Amino acid sequence: MPLTSVTKDARTLTFTAVGDYPVPQQRLWDAFADPRQLERFWGPPFAPATFTRHDFTVGGRAEYFLTLPEGKTWSGSWKFTAVNPISSFAAQDGEDNAEDENMPASMTFTFETTPTGSRLTIVTRFSSLEAMEQTAPGMEQGARAAMPQLDALLAESGVSAATAWDGIDASAERR
Amino acid sequence: MVVRIRETDEALNQLFRALADGTRRDILARSLTETPSVSALAARYEMSFAAVQKHVAVLERAGLIQKRASGREQRVSTNRARLQRAGELLDYFESVWRQRMAQLDDVLGSKGR
Repeated sequence: MPLTSVTKDARTLTFTAVGDYPVPQQRLWDAFADPRQLERFWGPPFAPATFTRHDFTVGGRAEYFLTLPEGKTWSGSWKFTAVNPISSFAAQDGEDNAEDENMPASMTFTFETTPTGSRLTIVTRFSSLEAMEQTAPGMEQGARAAMPQLDALLAESGVSAATAWDGIDASAERR
Repeated sequence: MVVRIRETDEALNQLFRALADGTRRDILARSLTETPSVSALAARYEMSFAAVQKHVAVLERAGLIQKRASGREQRVSTNRARLQRAGELLDYFESVWRQRMAQLDDVLGSKGR
């Protein structure tokens, strides 16, 4: 599986995912730099993405829409805050025409070369729950789709939400 | 799994607004493993008792913690179910990224390795 670890922090509303790929770092970077490739993997299978803009420079924007099963579309946009080929980029993530500074989530993508190819690390930090909703189109469809289950990989990552639940369980037992 | 997340949007907004503040997250973290009194919490932060009380009230309204009277003190403990809800939302994002990373793998593969 490409996704090799996930870390979720419910208290800081931060989500981190790491994926490893058997291709050179440049190749991995190109998949994000080229909107025609990006749109082939950004949307979930039930809601393919179309990028209408991809100005991959600091201060530039990317605009895209997802086509949901009912034929409705959901628009999103990014504002790039850092672009360092081929090692990292960062963007604010928000709804369509979100020119304001209060975009609901910030994303950082880091690219590295590894012994087996390359590694992508993404960190998303949400500013609020509204943020999560805005950046989660088709959440219900997504939940219904047969997504691969969380498994031993999450257990390996250790520092996930599971740690927090353990803490809660311990305090509950003491009461 | 993300099954019961469609309670009212307002409830969800309240939940995440409550989690968006550093002091409140700290109060929440402390209340996970102990049941501090409001005055004990107030002593930890460089702010007034009233300000701390206000943070506690926000957490309580969001359903993240509950207050219980213990003698003359109000003790704070976390509400496990609500915190779990926040975790469920993160689980959704995990499923999205799991899928997305797999699709990216397909894109990289079809272009020739």
